[in-house]
Amino acid sequence: MADNRGVLVFGEVKDGALTGLAREGVALGLQLAGEAGGQVTAIVIGPDAEAQAKELIASGAQKVYTFESADLADYQPDAYLQVLLKAVETANPKVIVLGQTDTGKDLAPKLAFRLKSSLSMDCVDVTLEDGKLVATKPVYGGNAQGIYESDADLHAVTLRAKAVEALEPDGSRLGEIVALDAPIDESAVRVRVVEVKRQEAEGIRLEDASVVVSGGRGFGGPEPFEQLEELAKVLGGAVGASRAVCDAGWLDHSYQVGLTGKTVTPDLYIAVAISGASQHMAGCSGSKNIVSINKDKDSNIFKESRFGVVGSWEEVLPAFIEMVKELRGS
Amino acid sequence: MHVICFIKQVMDPETPTASFKIDSATNAVAPVQGVAPVVNGFDENAVEAALRLKEDHDVTITVISLGKNLVLDVIKKPLSMGADELILLQDDAFEDGDAYSIGYALAMAVKKVGDFDLIICGRQASDTDRGQVALAVAENLGLPAITMAKRVEVKDGKVVVERVRTDGSEIVEAPLPALVTVSNELGEPRYPTLRGIMQAGRKSPTVWTAADIGADPAKLGANGRVVSLSKLFIPEVEGECELIEGENDADAGRKLALKLREAKLI
Ligand SMILES: Cc1cc2nc3c(=O)[nH]c(=O)nc-3n(C[C@H](O)[C@H](O)[C@H](O)COP(=O)(O)OP(=O)(O)OC[C@H]3O[C@@H](n4cnc5c(N)ncnc54)[C@H](O)[C@@H]3O)c2cc1C
Ligand SMILES: Nc1ncnc2c1ncn2[C@@H]1O[C@H](COP(=O)(O)O)[C@@H](O)[C@H]1O
Repeated sequence: MADNRGVLVFGEVKDGALTGLAREGVALGLQLAGEAGGQVTAIVIGPDAEAQAKELIASGAQKVYTFESADLADYQPDAYLQVLLKAVETANPKVIVLGQTDTGKDLAPKLAFRLKSSLSMDCVDVTLEDGKLVATKPVYGGNAQGIYESDADLHAVTLRAKAVEALEPDGSRLGEIVALDAPIDESAVRVRVVEVKRQEAEGIRLEDASVVVSGGRGFGGPEPFEQLEELAKVLGGAVGASRAVCDAGWLDHSYQVGLTGKTVTPDLYIAVAISGASQHMAGCSGSKNIVSINKDKDSNIFKESRFGVVGSWEEVLPAFIEMVKELRGS
Repeated sequence: MHVICFIKQVMDPETPTASFKIDSATNAVAPVQGVAPVVNGFDENAVEAALRLKEDHDVTITVISLGKNLVLDVIKKPLSMGADELILLQDDAFEDGDAYSIGYALAMAVKKVGDFDLIICGRQASDTDRGQVALAVAENLGLPAITMAKRVEVKDGKVVVERVRTDGSEIVEAPLPALVTVSNELGEPRYPTLRGIMQAGRKSPTVWTAADIGADPAKLGANGRVVSLSKLFIPEVEGECELIEGENDADAGRKLALKLREAKLI
């Protein structure tokens, strides 16, 4: 692994589209490239790898390896691992960047431990200082952050969503696309995904919504979420929930916002009857404006809110929704 | 069938944010008076997953935990839930490790245990929020690994896992022996029964040191780590909340809407 230089970014594709984290990973790669020496290379796997490679170049990648495969449209742990190992061998990077996604969480440790690289996951900040990797990540459920350092020869990191801003795509950026020759050794494939069950809620995706209205345990049951659905509709947003709500079975876990749920970064996050535990805030504190309704004035949620009402949702919420409707003329 | 579970003792993650403090001299979280440690929640889910396998299989469960200052009443909880044996890895040489060194120590302990079919553990520890140690063990032992399970079944020499995804789930299979990490979507861990508590009370854990598991001291604890913590801090929360008041709660709700309009947020 000597003389390794540059950054290799996993250009993750999900549901046929390049992920935001792939483009954010390229942006991080460009930040690190000065210290890492060499260029920012990405690797894309799937049936439309060529088209996504062009998107990655428009987002700043200088070189993209493609592995075109109709069988690898969805994540397949061992096959993806083999392709990534080949990409690392070919690009010989100093740093490997993946996203902290369903796939990245599984793939990054498998890759790093195989390569004996350093590994820092769910990073909100990553720098290289004289070859030493310095990574900041939330710990203790978001109550604290740790700064971790490593002198290893090779580093792997996963990046938290929206921690780094992607470059505005620019079709005039130039880059090289190279098909990666990485024959899959079927005899080494032991872990197989045999079925994918998508349970996507209808309407705007929580992760993409510019307005998110979330409810918590203080709702006491699933029914009040109908009011939140209505509010989300009026505001063109999506509904979210705390883990307490999902664990109680009031809503499916795909609604969960937080450390172990989804990371959302809307312009407006409205939290109703949510206490604001650090593990919940871990998923929404990147929102531009947090507004909360909670009957307990000492509740932690108010510490991170711009506006709030201390009161019971039974009274506050219906009146709030009526007024919002009136203001929006709907 | 022999199932091994890893459990870690952690600070109670429900400790109120307000009492969460860092001791900058030691770069560690200051203990909170009167808050007892707990078994990492996802590790309890892992023990629950192992116990559920008993419905269809003849299962023996061995639990392994590495750590210092373990509280016996806390760490014995899996025994009272129904696990069979508890092994504690205790040695100063294990301290201050990263995923490499902890994973190595746990893997050496598994080798000493001998035959097993499945390792089940938590998706991440609620203090490190790392999600790495299990996969370090799998790499050390050359095991196929599946992460984030909400359902774990064993049939025809395979483990079949329903893996949580943010947009649903997927079914993943691997041949045994294998390693699986579990998420909270698996469902609540069972409460210890009175009989379970009494049985656990009679069992004493086996304690192994670094020498007992034949570990290479160069690969343990701080010696074996690749990543080290240089600073732990509490991030500052900026901003001040403007509380909107009204004649009553409903009025405050209406005023909040007006305020959001004024701030051009709606
Ligand atoms: C490892 C780990 C991971 C976790 N991951 C997540 C995660 O991803 N997402 C997540 O959300 N949580 C997560 N949690 C759980 C988290 O610690 C909290 O337990 C959870 O967020 C609490 O949910 P809540 O705010 O809805 O409930 P509570 O904390 O019970 O708060 C309910 C709130 O409702 C208010 N209330 C009650 N009645 C009314 C009323 N009538 N009107 C107005 N307000 C009212 C109360 O004042 C209170 O503030 C995790 C925990 C652990 C240990
Ligand atoms: N000290 C330990 N003793 C036993 N198991 C551990 C220990 N540390 C981590 N683990 C296991 O590895 C999982 C992931 O830990 P981590 O990588 O620290 O997030 C945990 O959920 C445990 O099952």
